[in-house]
Amino acid sequence: MKISKKHFYLLIWVIAFALFIAMPSLVSDSRLKILGKCLSLGIVALGIDLSWGYTGLLSLGQGIFFSLGGYAIAMFLQLNSLKEGIPEFFGLYGVRELPFFWEPFKSPIFTLISIWLIPGIVAGLIGFLVFRNRIKGVYFSILTQAALLVFFNFFNGQQKLINGTNGLPTPNTTLFGMMVGDPIMQKYFYYISGILVIVFYLFCKWLVSKRFGRILIGIRDDEPRVRFSGYNPVLFKTIIFVFAGCLAGISGALFTVQADLISPQYMRVPFSIEMVIWVAVGGRGTLIGAILGAFFIRLGESVVQGLIPGGWIFIQGGLFILVVTVLPEGIIGWINNGGPHNLLTRWGLIKRFIATYPSLEATKNKEV
Amino acid sequence: MKEDILLKLENVSVSFEGFLALNNLNLSLQKGELRAVIGPNGAGKTTFLDVITGKVKPSKGNVLFKGTSLVGKKEHKIARIGVGRKFQSPRVFENLTVNENLEISLSQFSSTIKLIASKPSKNKLVELEKLLKIVNLSEQSEVKAGSLSHGQKQWLEIAMLLGQKPSLMLIDEPVAGLTDEETELTADLLKSISGDNTVLVIDHDMEFIRRLESNVTVLNQGSVLCEGSMDEIQRDPNVIEVYLGKQEDL
Repeated sequence: MKISKKHFYLLIWVIAFALFIAMPSLVSDSRLKILGKCLSLGIVALGIDLSWGYTGLLSLGQGIFFSLGGYAIAMFLQLNSLKEGIPEFFGLYGVRELPFFWEPFKSPIFTLISIWLIPGIVAGLIGFLVFRNRIKGVYFSILTQAALLVFFNFFNGQQKLINGTNGLPTPNTTLFGMMVGDPIMQKYFYYISGILVIVFYLFCKWLVSKRFGRILIGIRDDEPRVRFSGYNPVLFKTIIFVFAGCLAGISGALFTVQADLISPQYMRVPFSIEMVIWVAVGGRGTLIGAILGAFFIRLGESVVQGLIPGGWIFIQGGLFILVVTVLPEGIIGWINNGGPHNLLTRWGLIKRFIATYPSLEATKNKEV
Repeated sequence: MKEDILLKLENVSVSFEGFLALNNLNLSLQKGELRAVIGPNGAGKTTFLDVITGKVKPSKGNVLFKGTSLVGKKEHKIARIGVGRKFQSPRVFENLTVNENLEISLSQFSSTIKLIASKPSKNKLVELEKLLKIVNLSEQSEVKAGSLSHGQKQWLEIAMLLGQKPSLMLIDEPVAGLTDEETELTADLLKSISGDNTVLVIDHDMEFIRRLESNVTVLNQGSVLCEGSMDEIQRDPNVIEVYLGKQEDL
């Protein structure tokens, strides 16, 4: 049993990766689209786990950054598919000229950068001001939610600027001479989402394994102590919040092209809270738990929604209650802390081993 | 004479909504000195440390460290110029291992990029080993700090403080909750690190203070009541009245 744990995890990774590669030939185009969306949401969840799970910053406003990324790509796609003039919807509101801030989105390079840079800058501004004034905990959460509402109301009300509540559709736009809604295109988006989730997962994993990551945990657990150790928590918190914002933007862009639409509905309060639930259920401070939480909860949602319309919300609520009451560390956190082993012990299937200080020292170099 | 003074508080007052926690406090510390500060509950001992470390701004007066004023500086800046603090109840990062706790205290001058991209340098690892030996935690280096005993946490925090290499160490109740044996060891440890370092210890435990064989400052109602050796202090009628007298009543 001793070596197999590592091999077991490796095996899971290999199977998961093989499934990921093979999936397009196993499921229908519409199902693949759902999987791709679920994968892309893993990226925003990673950011939430870094800022909440590691640094203790519970943001209820990640929808801002997510949607900003989505709007950036959608604006580019709208402009990119035009032969002449301005996007059609402007005609409905009597707008003749392209609003000035649309102009730079004609450039694909600008768009590629702005997908993560604009959310990053917004996160930096909000974060720096809040952290510098030492606003913490629940007040921080409320502020981010208030910011989310501000953004929602703005985007929802501005028909003449960004089509207001209708949002910007993407499937009939073109990219590289192909329709974005085309199954081949969607397959690419699926692969890009999956690969980016893995890349960002590995990057985050690496980041938190360094001293930097330990200082983040230090800030979460005892911020004044970090300060008196000679570090400026404002800097660390801002860095991590900006990074989480960038991840949310990338996630939003990938989600938008697969969801066919970006609209202010993604800036609604429940969606941002749902993101937090993914991380809470998967396991705070585990990174992989955030991705799995986002992926499986969203997947579960689309499956259940097909079977029992409106039924998912009850399951999601139940999951959240389960996590709050019996699994405070989330599912992956529970597994990492020997949860299954403890459960089997409680049922009497495994012999109990009680560790005490003397026994720990005595058995240090032996097999336990 | 002036160069030897490391820390000087000039007429420092702190008021919390009208209540004076510190009242015209004057105190100076020589370089390399070991100083104990005692006082009854509410005498302003912890506020006194808060003022030095930047947690609380004095409403009046000045705090000079190496000749420059600390007033208005942020906590982490004050920590960086060499004022280290150990808290009353042990404050270690419980979810990190002993090693990781010490790494944080040793790396305060590393740039953020270094903290992300590189491992601690060899020198730091050597130093870390040394610190572990000093506080006798080598065996527990991979253990999470949260599962250490109370005494071990106190010692880990002292080691973290040493790792910061401050020129002034402020130590708040280092022996609260320790066994007699641990208390003795702590007193010896503090004695051995003073000389190179300037150490200021706050405590209630008279036996512990006596063991430090240092000068003692008695605080009462936010200002200095008297200063001197432990024996002098215990003979002082004022001190007996406000502090030791009370204890005898108990």
